[in-house]
Amino acid sequence: MNNYYINGIGCVSAQDTSNLELNFSDFSELKNNIVDVFKPNYKAFIKPAMIRRMSSGVKSGIVASSIALKEANIDLPEAIITGSGMGCLRDSEKFLEGIINNNEQYLTPTSFIQSTHNTVGGQIALGLSCKSYNVTYVHQATSFESSLIDSMMMIDEGSDHILIGGVDEIGPHTTENHELVGHVKKESDLKNGILNSDSKGSVFSEGAQFFAIERDKKNSTYAKFIDVAVYDKLEIDEVENKMNQFLNDNKMQISDIDMIVLGINGDIDYDEYYNLLMRKTFKNTQQVYYKHLSGEYNTASAFGLWAACKIIKDQSIPKILKINNKEVPTINNVLLYNQYRGLSHSFTLLSSC
Amino acid sequence: MSKGVAITGMGIISSIGNTVEENFQSLIDKNAGISKISKIDTIHKDEIKVGEISFTNDEMVQILNLPESNNYSRTALLAEIAVKEAVNNAKITDINKYKTGLISATSVGGMDMTERYYYSYKDEVDKRKYIDAHSLGDSTLKIASSLGLTGYTSTISTACSSATNAIMLGARMIKSGKLDRVIVGGADCLSKFTINGFKTLMILSETDCMPFDKNRTGLNLGEAAAYLVLESDEIAKKENKKVLGYITGYANANDAFHQTASSEDGEGATLAMKKALEVAKKSPKEIDYINAHGTATPNNDSSESKAIIRIFGKTIPSFSSTKGYTGHTLAAAGAIEAVYSILALQNDIIFPNLNFKTPIEETLLIPETEVINKKIKHVLSNSFGFGGNCSSLIFSKEL
Repeated sequence: MNNYYINGIGCVSAQDTSNLELNFSDFSELKNNIVDVFKPNYKAFIKPAMIRRMSSGVKSGIVASSIALKEANIDLPEAIITGSGMGCLRDSEKFLEGIINNNEQYLTPTSFIQSTHNTVGGQIALGLSCKSYNVTYVHQATSFESSLIDSMMMIDEGSDHILIGGVDEIGPHTTENHELVGHVKKESDLKNGILNSDSKGSVFSEGAQFFAIERDKKNSTYAKFIDVAVYDKLEIDEVENKMNQFLNDNKMQISDIDMIVLGINGDIDYDEYYNLLMRKTFKNTQQVYYKHLSGEYNTASAFGLWAACKIIKDQSIPKILKINNKEVPTINNVLLYNQYRGLSHSFTLLSSC
Repeated sequence: MSKGVAITGMGIISSIGNTVEENFQSLIDKNAGISKISKIDTIHKDEIKVGEISFTNDEMVQILNLPESNNYSRTALLAEIAVKEAVNNAKITDINKYKTGLISATSVGGMDMTERYYYSYKDEVDKRKYIDAHSLGDSTLKIASSLGLTGYTSTISTACSSATNAIMLGARMIKSGKLDRVIVGGADCLSKFTINGFKTLMILSETDCMPFDKNRTGLNLGEAAAYLVLESDEIAKKENKKVLGYITGYANANDAFHQTASSEDGEGATLAMKKALEVAKKSPKEIDYINAHGTATPNNDSSESKAIIRIFGKTIPSFSSTKGYTGHTLAAAGAIEAVYSILALQNDIIFPNLNFKTPIEETLLIPETEVINKKIKHVLSNSFGFGGNCSSLIFSKEL
């Protein structure tokens, strides 16, 4: 039985999370319905000549992965495993708009080259001259969790140092199309905050979160990653059962969980999935949410994991993330649950070490 | 960690046939599926040739018995046709009887619909159903749902090596006991997006593509879907399944050279083949046939040739690229070539590399150009893609 330690974490998001001097008290709830990433100081991570050419998602991915690898003191990972639900949307849109607007003429290859879903993983490998295993999962809102599963398998197969991450970017026109079908909140819907939301849709955002997963514990260790389970589709009344089964598989029960991290995004049509857990199953457990800070994107659950890692390491739960207020003497076992629009359910389990 | 990975079913739809049987017949008849494009209205239609599947979307909707309100992209339609053949071929009746998963690969996804309605969703309310069909994961969810599969599902996209990586992940999940059975493969339809993308890269051939030929000018794009059913050999035995072959080796390496071009010396490809041989515990001389990536672009075929020489030295096994039949089917390529590799094993036949005349001067490799009957125990299949992704699989007659 192997252990999987999270030894480095890096995050680029709608908050200034790439500034390692800052903490949750410096972040605030998003006030807009569509929010780009807070631009990191790219020059500290990427050669100036490259910055202009790279799309936002690629840059975010490089910054977040660099921070994670540096924290874990890894020069060359044995695998680069990326999750991205929607891929490099901006370059896809740019190339597609070129095709439609100019009737397939005057196109240049740059945006096509950068539009493929594995661009971020490929560019990280190129930057590190890393010739090892490299794969990109594109399975909607469990893309990142597919990467987590693969990282466990890689370590089981004998690797020691794995880089995994989740990255998604906003495509302006894609977002407009999603506004047409009510997936995006209106700005006026945000006055009560997403926890007290009475509206449909979510705040569209983007981000990149990377993690160094290793076989051995280090000084830099944040948490032990225990297990993850995913389901494409669950009915609301199936969630508790599947979650219990997941805990049971890991020889735990609800009373062992010190903190639950929920992917609430303020969409009244689908937050019902969390309500039963909040009101009943985990009513005596400290509950935490994060999408008021990160917004929603297909790999936003990785922001939740990033936040959980920090909480476990600091043994302190920032006020801005708390849904309720419970006495938590020590934060040992943390469960994360996320879904998006009733699909892509994931349970992820972490422990302190 | 040591479960054998048996292949118990396969399904395919490509420009040379709508079933495994039809594909096999076209392969041995040297019957290519390359033609002028008919289903996409592109300004390039007179200057490119493609491997296009003859079914219209409406015909596939009928075959699959889908309601008129469906929001299937062409990728999803192709995928579901091939998956159904594979599952039937494996004689699976109760899909959730064992821990069964689905790992699918695509790079185009629902782009064919997005490029049609991108600006018109605003006015055409009835077309908005395709907004959710854009993402690459969508077709996987549709297939899982239509099979009633409740186990693990995922979608992989590593450009032109996508399906190879889906097959590799499936094999790893069976080997580790995470799954007992898994449907693996990939699908991609033709789209204006990819046609124009490869056009701007100036690697589309105006003629039938000529893999490994000195005078090759580029690739023909194609569309296809293919899936395999993999089962742990224990379960295959227990269920008395006919085993079509085994996956004994797999590897994924990165060229780390350029976002789209392959390195001159084929470093990533060499690493992938070398590691796949290590996983299979086979020496290069045990490989009887290589189904090469062989896209017929100047860059790929030269780089792959050098990698083959680096692994096999002076004793190069019989090899061919089947892309002269089907065109380059992008994310599906690794899966359709997996089907062809298994057909080669089952029938002791090597399929010819069409349109080859003159070897590349620097490497002088000569692919098989006729149908050859030969005892085949192990086949190596290569797939390489943008982002430096290089993957290889080894298929074997016995464990």
